[in-house]
Amino acid sequence: MAGNIIEELKKYNLLGRSGSFFPTALKWELVKNCKASKRYIICNGSEGEPKSLKDKFILQNYPEAVIQGVKTALKTIDNSSAFIYLRKDYYKEFGNKLKRLSKGFPIELIRKKGNYLGGEETVICEVIEGSKRPEPRIKPPFPSESGLWGYPTLVNNVETFYCVGKISQGEYEKTRFYTITGDVKKQGVYELPEDYTVKRILKQTGNYPDFDFFVQSGGGAMGEILLEKELNKQVQGIGCIVVFNAKKTNPIALMKEWTTFFLAENCDKCTPCREGIYRIDEIIKKGRIDKQTLNDIFLVLEKTSLCPLGANASLPFKTLIKKVIK
Amino acid sequence: MKIQISIDGKKIKVDNGKTILQAAEENGIEIPALCYHSDLSVRASCRICVIQIKGKKELYPSCSTKVYSGMEVITDSPEIRKARKINLELLFSQHKEECSDCVWYDKCNLLELSEKYNVKIDRFKDRKSKYPVYQFGNAIQFDSSKCIDCRNCVEVCHEQGVDFLEIKEKGSLFQVLPSKKKNIDCIYCGQCLIHCPVGAFEAVGEFEDIEKPLKQKDKIVVFQFAPAIRSTIGTTGQIVAGLKKLGADKVFDTCVGADFTTTSEAEEVVERIKSNKNLPILTSCCPSWVKFLEQRFPEFIPNISTTRSPQTILGGLIKTYWAEKQGIDPKKIFVVSIMPCIAKKFEIARPELRISGMDPVDYVLTTREFERLLVRRKIDLTKLKPQKADDIFGKPSGAGVIYGATGGVMESAFRTAYEKLTNKKLNNVEFKQVRGMQGVKEAKIKIGSKCKKIAVINGLGLAKKFLQEIKSGKRKGYTCIEVMACSGGCIGGGGQPMPIDDEIRESRIKTLYQIDEKKKIRKAHENPVVKKVYKEFFKDKKIAHEVLHTSYSKKTKGLVKII
Repeated sequence: MAGNIIEELKKYNLLGRSGSFFPTALKWELVKNCKASKRYIICNGSEGEPKSLKDKFILQNYPEAVIQGVKTALKTIDNSSAFIYLRKDYYKEFGNKLKRLSKGFPIELIRKKGNYLGGEETVICEVIEGSKRPEPRIKPPFPSESGLWGYPTLVNNVETFYCVGKISQGEYEKTRFYTITGDVKKQGVYELPEDYTVKRILKQTGNYPDFDFFVQSGGGAMGEILLEKELNKQVQGIGCIVVFNAKKTNPIALMKEWTTFFLAENCDKCTPCREGIYRIDEIIKKGRIDKQTLNDIFLVLEKTSLCPLGANASLPFKTLIKKVIK
Repeated sequence: MKIQISIDGKKIKVDNGKTILQAAEENGIEIPALCYHSDLSVRASCRICVIQIKGKKELYPSCSTKVYSGMEVITDSPEIRKARKINLELLFSQHKEECSDCVWYDKCNLLELSEKYNVKIDRFKDRKSKYPVYQFGNAIQFDSSKCIDCRNCVEVCHEQGVDFLEIKEKGSLFQVLPSKKKNIDCIYCGQCLIHCPVGAFEAVGEFEDIEKPLKQKDKIVVFQFAPAIRSTIGTTGQIVAGLKKLGADKVFDTCVGADFTTTSEAEEVVERIKSNKNLPILTSCCPSWVKFLEQRFPEFIPNISTTRSPQTILGGLIKTYWAEKQGIDPKKIFVVSIMPCIAKKFEIARPELRISGMDPVDYVLTTREFERLLVRRKIDLTKLKPQKADDIFGKPSGAGVIYGATGGVMESAFRTAYEKLTNKKLNNVEFKQVRGMQGVKEAKIKIGSKCKKIAVINGLGLAKKFLQEIKSGKRKGYTCIEVMACSGGCIGGGGQPMPIDDEIRESRIKTLYQIDEKKKIRKAHENPVVKKVYKEFFKDKKIAHEVLHTSYSKKTKGLVKII
């Protein structure tokens, strides 16, 4: 194992793979240096964003590396124990394998509760603590300071732990996992360099369309819409690229798909997200795009939502309306 | 540790750990807040109190954002105004306005903010317009078409240990709904109403039926008013004058009823101590508490004091003793109680209370309902010449007045029980250990050579925990336990004028103790009318029992209907 793992993480400038790009080394230091009698580690395998499959792919193909990452965290962070938090179907499919790999270490597997929001870090804490109706907590305090049962808690994505595992064994090649889906020939999850652009990823995987198209880059619900001329940038969010055939895609139906997702997945706690998304859905159902009202709702979603779901929910709508619907 | 921050350029020193909203409030800087209530945890759900912090892009809710040294807060800017306006419009989109019939009446925060932020309240069509009204028993209505989903009610219902209000997912939206669970029922304390920022809860008849007591054409309408009323809308003299102006034939003081309750309850305390049976004795004047015991802790029914609450004893005396003295047919008397409490509406319908087929009290108006009647009749209490309550139930002891505050019943009972147990005069009548806003107060009272352990609890959730600890054996050896469902006691009851917070509760409590201090007679059993009635009327033990005592039994869930 590499000497000082946190220095290694810094050297590679590893950023969290949950979509937030938070520097992993900094998070580890925060948890490690926080004064407390014990600490917790959570490996987040809740993958709730529609169309993303990269965590599943990693758990299926590289569980050893993920567990290696968790063990590295256990070793680095004093007095800690770990939880691997898994989507129900992942728990069923990969649970036994992960348990075998964790043997002898304080690692416990937890079955996810709820859907999309069930993967939000403070909701995970609520679930593990046994809350009957888990909802996002107000941040700050962040889990790194006060997470599970009030103790400093490191929450990292499955892919982040995969990277840590690889780094600890000197095998990290600065790659990232991309889910490619939609109107493409070869759907799937691909491991490619982390600095590749959307264009290069599509080309290299043989998925670059020969028709008029746009993509949703980032996630299947939260991702932003990019036109063909905008593809010279890296993939945001959780590394998901959805290709849409411009002629065959009904943008209103697409937005309806998103609002259905958000309506079902949000927790209805804060006004902008609960009421705002309800009204976006209503406007879209009418089929008449009232831009001023939508912009007002986008503003409060972005500026005043309680959790990242609400704050990021406006991006796909905003970019689709601006670039595709016009 | 104090740190320095600035709000709108004003430099202020504030305790580290406070929120921006607290810092602003302490320094007289107004930040609009809707779902925030100092009694409750911060859920930061309405997103109206958002502010900016210099150097940061986002808006932050001031209720949940803590101060840090050097923080520069901006509470007003075009962006803040815009965000508040839009969020208010979204809140209005789920709130059906019914402003003329609202418990917040002219104190509506939502309406005030809508004017301030130029809100178009009908920008969106009310999405809840077809949501139903739920009625809990004969006491409370929840109009779910007004609910803005802040969930204050759910939290306070949980804090009360009741958990009757739940959050349920219907379709893709969560909403507040009454529990369908068999053993979970509303206790009508009305704390949901007090903590609802938008008036989604109201007492049954709060607007439609308040004229009813004034429309009793062929009846003699006798009013009585509870101890806690005089801590809010006016002095005793003003309240009496107001009731007379409304057309009351007689106005009596429920505090006198409290003196009877005390005298009877003290006798029970003495008896149970002597026989060492059914201890600890649990107070019975809070109907929410009694209902809670009957439904959730029936094993404690033998412990409940069988003495009736002040309003029902006084009502009973009016329809028996007083009616007889006056030569009036008791069936022609209509007794109306002005109460700080919604559960009192439920209490008067208890069949166990009937005397010769009559309900001791015919109607309950809450303090708010009484206030609204006065407004409708354009009666301004401050402009009326104070009047005295009528004989013979017009002059209470100080003990009767403090009933409205947490600890008051216990203090009153022990002013009397002490003398009955020791046959000695009690010189210092003030039991300060049981006073104040602390949720659970415990004291040891020396009576003769023995010490009696007592507890006073305000807040039903704390009482529930206390009972569970008695059951598990963690707590033991109590002689007497006073419980009031509402924080602060009746002065903080669900029928009282709003807003209510700890500061207001404390000031109301103070008012009652000040009245007590000025009274010459401060012990219930020394009240001449108590002595007189005991001597003349309660010699007949059967009558005494009928008027003073009641019974309890295990109860099932009350009616929850959709209107």
